[in-house]
Amino acid sequence: MKILNYLKKHILYLDGSMGTLLQSAGLLPGEYPEKWNLSHPDVITGIHTRYYDAGSNVVLTNTFGANLLKFSPDELEAIVHAAVENAREAARRSSGTQAKWVALDIGPTGRILKPYGDLDFEDAVAVFAATVKAGVRSGADLVFIETMNDSYETKAALLAAKENCSLPVFVSNTYGADGRLMTGASPAAMVAMLEGMGADAVGVNCSLGPNALIPVIEEYLRTASVPVLCKPNAGMPRPQDGKTVFDIEPDEFSLDMAGMISRGVRIAGGCCGTDPEYIRQLVSRTADTDPLPVLPKNITAVSSYTHAVEFGSAPVLIGERINPTGKKLLKQALRDHDMNYLLEEGISQQEQGAHILDVNVGLPGIDEAAVLRDAVCAIQAVISLPLQIDSASPSALASALRRYNGKPMINSVNGREDSMRAVFPLAKKYGGVVVALTLDENGIPATAEGRVAIAGKILSTARKYGIGPKDLVFDTLAMTISADPGSADVALESLRIIRTKLGCHTSLGISNVSFGLPEREFINSAFFIMALEKGLSAAIMNPRSAEMMKAYRAYMALRGMDGDFKEYLSFCSSLPEPAAPASPVRAEAPGSPLPSASPLQEAIIKGLKDRAAELAQSGDPMEIISGDIIPALDVVGKGFERKEVYLPQLLMSAEAAKSAFEKIKCRMPAGSRASVFKSPVVIATVQGDIHDIGKNIVRLLLENYGFPVIDLGKDVSPEAIAEAVIEHHAPVAGLSALMTTTVPAMESTIRLLKEKAPWCRVVVGGSVLTKEYAELIGADHYAKDAMDTVRFAEKIMS
Amino acid sequence: MIGSVFISEYDEPPFRMSEILRYAGAGGIEKEDVLRLASECADMVRGKLTYRVCWREFPVRLDGTDVDLGFARTDSVFLRHRLAGCNRVVLFAATVGLEIDRLIARFSAVSPARALLLQAVGAERIEALCDRFCEDMACQAASRGERILPRFSPGYGDLPLEMQRDIFRVLNCPDHIGLTLNESLLMSPSKSVTAIVGVKKEGCGAGDDPEESAGCDACPDSDCPFRKK
Repeated sequence: MKILNYLKKHILYLDGSMGTLLQSAGLLPGEYPEKWNLSHPDVITGIHTRYYDAGSNVVLTNTFGANLLKFSPDELEAIVHAAVENAREAARRSSGTQAKWVALDIGPTGRILKPYGDLDFEDAVAVFAATVKAGVRSGADLVFIETMNDSYETKAALLAAKENCSLPVFVSNTYGADGRLMTGASPAAMVAMLEGMGADAVGVNCSLGPNALIPVIEEYLRTASVPVLCKPNAGMPRPQDGKTVFDIEPDEFSLDMAGMISRGVRIAGGCCGTDPEYIRQLVSRTADTDPLPVLPKNITAVSSYTHAVEFGSAPVLIGERINPTGKKLLKQALRDHDMNYLLEEGISQQEQGAHILDVNVGLPGIDEAAVLRDAVCAIQAVISLPLQIDSASPSALASALRRYNGKPMINSVNGREDSMRAVFPLAKKYGGVVVALTLDENGIPATAEGRVAIAGKILSTARKYGIGPKDLVFDTLAMTISADPGSADVALESLRIIRTKLGCHTSLGISNVSFGLPEREFINSAFFIMALEKGLSAAIMNPRSAEMMKAYRAYMALRGMDGDFKEYLSFCSSLPEPAAPASPVRAEAPGSPLPSASPLQEAIIKGLKDRAAELAQSGDPMEIISGDIIPALDVVGKGFERKEVYLPQLLMSAEAAKSAFEKIKCRMPAGSRASVFKSPVVIATVQGDIHDIGKNIVRLLLENYGFPVIDLGKDVSPEAIAEAVIEHHAPVAGLSALMTTTVPAMESTIRLLKEKAPWCRVVVGGSVLTKEYAELIGADHYAKDAMDTVRFAEKIMS
Repeated sequence: MIGSVFISEYDEPPFRMSEILRYAGAGGIEKEDVLRLASECADMVRGKLTYRVCWREFPVRLDGTDVDLGFARTDSVFLRHRLAGCNRVVLFAATVGLEIDRLIARFSAVSPARALLLQAVGAERIEALCDRFCEDMACQAASRGERILPRFSPGYGDLPLEMQRDIFRVLNCPDHIGLTLNESLLMSPSKSVTAIVGVKKEGCGAGDDPEESAGCDACPDSDCPFRKK
């Protein structure tokens, strides 16, 4: 019988711990248990047999750490093959008469994925894929991904399973006492992502004892439309009389697990500390229980690496600012591959209260698939909001969806056949809530009926691809009223019908409606309220618009969705005070302040970011740079060199100078740059090293002093650094390394630069280096701090 | 209990502002603006981190010029000196989790001054966790008539960083506390520590007590900007 059919009627019993039993059979600390499949097949088969005898339907092969990071391809094949064979043999040997299956067990790699670790996402997929393929060749009945404590790695494993086999895939994560994965994801976030990608069962293993997992399991049961599994520890290990003991005995364990099953858990077993006796008592206590049905939940949800955002209860705000349309600086940043600018936009929208961020990088002449992917990766590294991946290019959508850490929104599909054919397979494979525009081959219908009919067509086509109504959000297209005063009404009426008659969620790009009119925010915020009253689920809008946020906060308060007015009150207190006339502040600068400091100089010296930006809003750009910014920075820089100013103060001033620069940049004629020097400095953290705070400080100060900087990032190969130096004919390259183990990479980078770019002077820094060490590896200069790098660059370039 | 890995999870230890400033390169100064920014960064971190340690005990033997730690051998003179008179070590790995790395990366993009201070908060947090864990170990040791010596990590003195591989192998840090080691021997999350703590019988080796010369005083790098004054 197929396991998924069996699950429809029965509770499926898993096995208990393998590791605990192997240790008592003599496995040494640090020894690879997977090798025992080959060296001790009788021990492994014996353990599996005891579990089948105890009543397990499924045993997990002894392949938890069987992957290419630990074993060669030949070893891996042999281990997986022997492991599946050992489990098969156990099924034959066991006297149990229950239905039996062999699950290919896949545990985590033990590495963290980039950018916080060094394992690339695609490499992780390839590592898991090799184990999956070996398991399929060996005849496993299903794939069991378990003990995953990071959502991104879980995605890599599930993707590898889905791409390389058609077996059922169960996915189990490990939660801490805080109810989250070690890298932060909540149960609802994991369910959204895993179900979206087609996991056949989801749940929890290891972690804690059964009762401590109740809140996590409850959340799984609330959100999951597939069967939920639970395979907990026998409590926590603790030392007692020279041995490790777990604090929950088989009897108590089976009682707690019976409670789990009565809540709705359909797949049950044990993890660390459990043995066949735990499983035997679990089976005998619950075998006669009627399993609760697994019901579809109809929750429309997207997720990030920390949390899920559900549609329906309160309106969802989707920040629209990461979109180059009409934004000169963003366009330039995208062309320069400068992700910091995008991050600033994203962070500020999050701070203003956005729930989801739209990410659109569509720009002629760029490789959109690569830039969108990199933008998504950069944003999800530091911003915890779910993303709405926005592109007209299916290949760009595909590359970004693949790397997205969660269940995204996908913007967008429409009623055209080619659009649905391109987008729905991507949504099915990677998961996602798709924004569906109510237009088709014939354009945008002028009537609500026409738009609703297209929604109907999209719904039925989506269903053919296996995508249900809960994963569609309809956008009924707010057109500008200045072109057609009736257009707002049509969009709103379509919205109402789709929400009430079709029962689907809706969204609108709000800002279009006011195009061509003055004071657009007045129109936008009124339209927003009208749409909310018609049942709008989500708005694509500008969270930095005060009018829009006022409308939203007031609506929430009026609709009783802001219980004690907490959000409203906090919003009101965050509103800026009416501007007071700027009063001159005397600089109490460290070091020797300028005899008569200008207000801008004072702001920079004191590290007042907002004030510096405000003061740089008018005036001649070049005069401000040479007359205010550079002299002020010099005061601080010299103070730092005299040890009268400390690093945090230096940076606060540098940030203030940078914000003044940003204002000036907007007023510079196109093409010219706010730089004193023509040639750039190339900087990077060397290969193998992922520390970049020192390098980032150097970058900021160099930029402050007017040097164009090509920042190659961290973990950069010698070849990539040499290539950039040659391409830009950079007179100075700055290399950073923090670890003794990465200094060799620095040395080989210097050697390559001397060979390929002999004109370039190399300055090095990082906590592991000394002046002598720097000379030894061939550097031209050792910079003891960031100011030292600036001084060196000035010397070389002046 | 030699042989088993245990996991301890702690509540948030109190923040030590002077330590944060020292790690930020602003030790001993009381500038209001820096203090304000440091407290802002500490507040961002408050309640957001996890404090996890996994540990295991090993017998230790000083064997010729080598130290046999039960999970690895080394000829480190520094470690040998540190473990004189010990019959056991507690090997531990501690981490405050990935969230601090995310915060540092987030502010690297928008505010390097905050990134620097968050970096300092992270350093202070992991040290506070290690101190908390070692206090625990000291109490346990005291109840058995033993005491513990200051912790010693790979990379200190002449103890090679390569020992990280052995430590990760025997503690299984990824599964126990979500701590991983990359190919350059860097740990992720970055605010993490592995260390060896010697355990000796009360009264042993008096007169040659490495405890007297622990911490910054024991380190030859007298120019270190982080040296405690």
